[in-house]
Amino acid sequence: MPRRDDLHTILLIGSGPIVIGQACEFDYSGTQACRVLRDEGYRVVLANSNPATIMTDPDFADATYIEPLDVEVLERIIEREKPDALLPTLGGQTALNLAMELAESGVLERHGVEMIGADATAIATAEDRELFKRAMAEIGLDAPPSATAHTVDDAVAVAERIGLPVVIRPAYILGGRGTGIASELDEFRRKAAIGLEASPISEILVEKSIAGWKEYELEVMRDHADNCVIVCSIENLDPMGVHTGDSITVAPAQTLSDVEYQAMRDAAFACIRRVGVETGGSNVQFAVNPVDGHMVVIEMNPRVSRSSALASKATGFPIAKIAARLAVGYTLDEIPNDITKKTPASFEPSIDYVVTKIPRWAFEKFPGTPDVLGTQMQSVGEVMAIGRTFPESLQKGLRSLEQGRLGLNCDPGEAQYDEIPLDELARRAGIGTPERIFQLEACLRRGMSVDEVYAATWVDPWFLDQMLAITEERAHLAEVGFEALGRAGWRRAKRLGFSDAQLAHLWGVAEADVRAARKAHGVVPTYKTVDTCAAEFEAATPYHYSTYEDTDEVVASDRQKVVILGSGPNRIGQGIEFDYCCVHASFALRDAGYETIMVNCNPETVSTDYDTSDRLYFEPLTHEDVMNVIEAENPVGVIVSLGGQTPLKLAEALPPGLVVGTPPASIDAAEDRERWSALCARLEIPQPAGGTAADIDVARAIVDRIGYPALVRPSYVLGGRAMVIVYDDEGLTAAMAEMSTFGSLGKEGGLSAERPVLVDRFLEDATEVDCDALRDADGGFMIGGIMEHVEEAGVHSGDSACVLPPHTLSVETISVLTDYTHRIADALGVIGLINVQYAVKSGQVFVIEANPRASRTVPFVAKATGVPLAKIASRLMLGATLAELRTEGLVRNPATGDHHSVKEAVLPFSRFPEADAVLGPEMRSTGEVMGIDLTVGLAFAKAQLAAGTRLPSSGTVFLSLADRDKDLGLRAARHFRNLGFRLAATRGTAAHLRANGIEVGVDVAKIGQPDGQDAVQLIESGEVDLVINSPRGRGPRGDGAHIRAAAGTHKVPLLTTAAAGLAAADGMADRARHRLQVRPLQEYLRGVGRDQLEPAEQPTLPDLA
Amino acid sequence: MSGEIREAQLVLGDGTVFEGEALGADPPDGVATGEVVFNTALTGYQEIITDPSYAGQIITFTCPHIGNYGVTPLDDESRRPFCRGVIVREMARRRSSWRANVDLDSFLRAEGVPAIGGIDTRRLTRHIRDAGSMPGAFGTADEATLRAAATAEPGTDGADLVRRVTVDAPYTVEFAGPDGRPPRYVVAYDFGIKTTIVRHLSGIATVEVVPADTPAADVLARRPDGVFLSNGPGDPAAVEGLPAIIDGLLGEVPVFGICLGHQLLATALGAATYKLPFGHHGGNHPVKRLATGTVEITSQNHNFAVDDGSLPGPVEVTHRNLNDGVVEGLRCLDLPAFGVQYHPEAGPGPHDAAYLFDLFDDLMADFGKGR
Ligand SMILES: Nc1ncnc2c1ncn2[C@@H]1O[C@H](COP(=O)(O)OP(=O)(O)O)[C@@H](O)[C@H]1O
Ligand SMILES: Nc1ncnc2c1ncn2[C@@H]1O[C@H](COP(=O)(O)OP(=O)(O)O)[C@@H](O)[C@H]1O
Ligand SMILES: [Mg+2]
Ligand SMILES: [Mg+2]
Repeated sequence: MPRRDDLHTILLIGSGPIVIGQACEFDYSGTQACRVLRDEGYRVVLANSNPATIMTDPDFADATYIEPLDVEVLERIIEREKPDALLPTLGGQTALNLAMELAESGVLERHGVEMIGADATAIATAEDRELFKRAMAEIGLDAPPSATAHTVDDAVAVAERIGLPVVIRPAYILGGRGTGIASELDEFRRKAAIGLEASPISEILVEKSIAGWKEYELEVMRDHADNCVIVCSIENLDPMGVHTGDSITVAPAQTLSDVEYQAMRDAAFACIRRVGVETGGSNVQFAVNPVDGHMVVIEMNPRVSRSSALASKATGFPIAKIAARLAVGYTLDEIPNDITKKTPASFEPSIDYVVTKIPRWAFEKFPGTPDVLGTQMQSVGEVMAIGRTFPESLQKGLRSLEQGRLGLNCDPGEAQYDEIPLDELARRAGIGTPERIFQLEACLRRGMSVDEVYAATWVDPWFLDQMLAITEERAHLAEVGFEALGRAGWRRAKRLGFSDAQLAHLWGVAEADVRAARKAHGVVPTYKTVDTCAAEFEAATPYHYSTYEDTDEVVASDRQKVVILGSGPNRIGQGIEFDYCCVHASFALRDAGYETIMVNCNPETVSTDYDTSDRLYFEPLTHEDVMNVIEAENPVGVIVSLGGQTPLKLAEALPPGLVVGTPPASIDAAEDRERWSALCARLEIPQPAGGTAADIDVARAIVDRIGYPALVRPSYVLGGRAMVIVYDDEGLTAAMAEMSTFGSLGKEGGLSAERPVLVDRFLEDATEVDCDALRDADGGFMIGGIMEHVEEAGVHSGDSACVLPPHTLSVETISVLTDYTHRIADALGVIGLINVQYAVKSGQVFVIEANPRASRTVPFVAKATGVPLAKIASRLMLGATLAELRTEGLVRNPATGDHHSVKEAVLPFSRFPEADAVLGPEMRSTGEVMGIDLTVGLAFAKAQLAAGTRLPSSGTVFLSLADRDKDLGLRAARHFRNLGFRLAATRGTAAHLRANGIEVGVDVAKIGQPDGQDAVQLIESGEVDLVINSPRGRGPRGDGAHIRAAAGTHKVPLLTTAAAGLAAADGMADRARHRLQVRPLQEYLRGVGRDQLEPAEQPTLPDLA
Repeated sequence: MSGEIREAQLVLGDGTVFEGEALGADPPDGVATGEVVFNTALTGYQEIITDPSYAGQIITFTCPHIGNYGVTPLDDESRRPFCRGVIVREMARRRSSWRANVDLDSFLRAEGVPAIGGIDTRRLTRHIRDAGSMPGAFGTADEATLRAAATAEPGTDGADLVRRVTVDAPYTVEFAGPDGRPPRYVVAYDFGIKTTIVRHLSGIATVEVVPADTPAADVLARRPDGVFLSNGPGDPAAVEGLPAIIDGLLGEVPVFGICLGHQLLATALGAATYKLPFGHHGGNHPVKRLATGTVEITSQNHNFAVDDGSLPGPVEVTHRNLNDGVVEGLRCLDLPAFGVQYHPEAGPGPHDAAYLFDLFDDLMADFGKGR
């Protein structure tokens, strides 16, 4: 049956900000869906609050709403756009839950919107754990014994009935939020309470634990003619008990016989049919008892999931694209296979390689959080690697992680496991942690048998034996030695995935020599193709991976080629924003007639969609692997400045002249503290006083000169890694110790003359400003955007909210900033993008740092101004000038109109309850949202809502502020009173407010003191609607930390700076006075005047001067 | 991996050479020959290796890791493997499955099946895809010897391999279907029949498996409710006498044919068969059931197919391969007979087409009433 003609406008909901458990895989699926639906001639309306996504580019949808993903907002969008249908299955859990709310609150019915893909009943059946279990029982599929509970007491009753250990699983959650395994009763009580909090309908499933069983996932597609296919089977290396998102997973499944696999396939089909997902992709998870093969169903996701993205990249079968087509009426056999073009999509991919996915975590950023993996997902990113065999793909994956590891051990990093006693090492390997995979190899290398390791860890013996093969080969290589190794030996080593760097370490020779010797023996990589059919049919899609086989399938073209190096796995400080830049470069350069070649290893991204570039190499971003691609393709240029630090680190080792854009030397000049300071001095641009120190004495000497407070940090890091503000010698000593080899940074290299610590005067109460600009080879210059931060300097630029255009900076300040930026760009000979950060303190402008590369803010600026910075930059790097691009039309003037754009960061504290939810100079946000409106206040309020902070319209505001914040706090408090809020405050704050004539209703006692209600009790009592608490700076976990923790657990909106408090007050005031309006980005970019504001339905409040 | 590796080579009829290591059984003089084909299934290597339809052939597995879950008697498709050899990229060093009792390499050695590992099977598959399946030789012998052997190897065209794989005496498998249901009686011609097919048939009938050359009269004398024509190896045009036998059955009794059985049925009906460039061998082929328009993912293993154009009037095409349009199913409009080219019994492969055995059951029911 062809496409449905009764539909015209389709509403697509995106997944919002990047959070743990929901990353850019949904930009990938959403972008594909937008493309497909428009190709099919539908009018596409998109709602997504995340400005860093490709899907929110104005030309991917007919109307793009960068608005909060919230029912009220969505209803406004529906009122305006009158869509015929809502497609909820491509925007992750966020879109699914919103669709449910829209359905239940009657909005869809009221506006005659049909839900396509999956209907409300299907979603409920899959998401409600109890309904799901019953449904599975009906169709004769087993699940672990369990029952649901709505209070801790029923939960305990259940647990006692089915017997501990049990796993707690809340309904309607994402990435395992609030889940956990408990073996003792008190532990269980605690975790059950957390689980009930986590579930939006406070319902948990208490289930028998089957930790240790084998875990599998099947990706299923179904069309409305009831044709079903399995796209991919995935087997977890980490057994049950570690969330799939935190597990090393392998495709296709490796240890299932056909009899078992087909039974699982039948079960998956029965499951999707019973749940009633009419069309599209779903993912069904199973567990298998390794002892007797008993199979149980774990869960089903009635939507495109992170695993679907992985499955698409792993097989070449574009699940999201096809799901979108199925949703509008096509059947699988009517859709051609994208890759073969000749055969239909109604088939099951067969693959002739092994895919390994390895997660990446960020525990080091959340002190106090144990790096133990469980049923709750904690990873912030992942890599995927393709090899012909599991050992090859595992080792490629491990070196793709960019954590200093060169593969499965056989590198300097392995030393740490050799110190630990073997039995202790085996015990540790029994617990899921980021280290487990390396510990497993170490156990085998140190003489444990596969069976012994299996007994200790439940990791399947087949996987262990494959690792043992690597270990044995290593011993063999060591024995034969570098000189004596023959061609066959080299080939065998490379076929097992050993990197040149690992071999160099093994033999104690230089990597360059290893590479040379290997090539001398004629052992070079061959590139094979991902084709969905194991070579049975000819493939039309240039999607390649390296391996060491006989023949190469890449036919090099003679066109002008540009290699774009991607940004690797998502991590805090380097995420989707950089993938956005790489993708834009590819688009722009394709349009300009170049052949674009993408190299990346992150399966979640749009850049690794084989549709994005002319050619995709799914490869680790290491010197060896990148050089191999360059040698195979010989491009005219390589772009290294759009993918964050990852490609930059590779830059200087690349053949000179090949790197286009800003010369690597300039990049280094900006990173190297001494040279950078010299440059600022020469340009007479003020910097905060400071210096560099490799030991505590030098550091003290510097502080004697510049005074406290001081900011201490390692050089050459991203996202303010390990950056701390110190207020006294004690703090300084602690900070230096942390950064020396003994601290957590020790793993990352420790201190040395080349990697000293930077000690700067910390500018208190300074306004921070971000500035993005473009410069061409002829010195043409253009400001992209100037962003004024809401939080004062000291909160990492990546974690603070910012406003574009600046709302308080004077015209003079702005012209100074512009001039400084221009001069710095000239001095560094920038060709392309540069980002400069400033701190403005009482009118004076200090430069904090310059990054002569694409920065995190590029997509936000592009969305706010309509100027495609990354596209322009990529053209400049290849020689075009701003003038030329202006005539070409690529360079436009920033959108006029009165709209303000606010970027707000989204932080993962809810996942790390042990960590203090306070902002600082070390970046910890995983994602960002954008709010656009006609006043700064309205835009800020939208940004807060989009970030999940629903500012109250009435009730009680609780203030507890550091002394230096009390004046800002005063202004905020005044607003709140005018808005009719009651105020509660801790002693000092209360006194200060009263002294200034502001009424404080509730006095809050210090924690633990008998007199009156203390802060935590107050928050628990549910009488507080907004908490504003700014840290005192010094001291360990004081009251402040407890206040913030309490707000976190009880989901009370929390702001941790007075500045944000004031902005919120403004926002709440503006919200009270105006009607909520939504507008597509396209309209803002055409220019909307302030006169478009509509007053609120209710009478307005007293004006706030 | 380290240490004792026995280097071996694979040489194709057209002279192409591949390097690998010797696995499985040692072939006489270090030379194994046969027609080289590939199979793209991701699971089920044991069922494939023990499928008699592969008689005379060397099976290349495109899935790189083979042997991971070992071998169990439960999954044998016949009394022994009939294939000439196995080509893999990576043979598991250790099995992991509660079902298995032996690992694949030992099984191959015990069953006298030579194998070669470490081969760039993707290169080999693409070569066969482009040049067509061809004879080949592999082993530890020197290249010249292998080259000679490869050129001398006739391949399966025109070879009557059924005689080599069929049983020499009839045997009976009792009805194993739901109790309370009167068992039917089906005679199954063994052209190389798979255990899984017999298992499916015994779900609806007591099955007597008879040698390929059993005369029609003998079969009809047994008064069966239906006759089943099994899968089997080789070129349908080369098997002597079978179409004549089938001709003797048509109209007298309901007939159901699978794979070679389907081709022979077509031949008996007067249709022609031809050789496909590289055949269909895998577990992921989409087939459209024309009556309902639904798609089933099927297990396939055939080098020959029925020629569309040659079909006589009263025969209709019921199924088609969506990849290349090849005829996958037929049914007589005037006689109780039908066949499918693919493997509804799976073993290995998807279960999507199991309904065909019920159709056979229904056909027998209707015919019974008519009698
Ligand atoms: N009964 C159980 N025993 C042990 N581990 C379990 C059990 N159920 C689920 N898990 C583990 O918890 C993880 C998350 O459970 P799942 O139902 O998939 O939640 P989510 O919706 O977050 O994916 C699974 O990947 C699995 O490893
Ligand atoms: N001298 C300073 N005074 C006040 N805040 C500072 C100073 N230097 C840096 N910061 C704060 O630390 C954050 C991170 O510093 P930055 O140099 O930008 O590191 P990164 O390279 O990680 O972005 C900045 O965004 C700013 O808020
Ligand atoms: Mg899950
Ligand atoms: Mg910065």
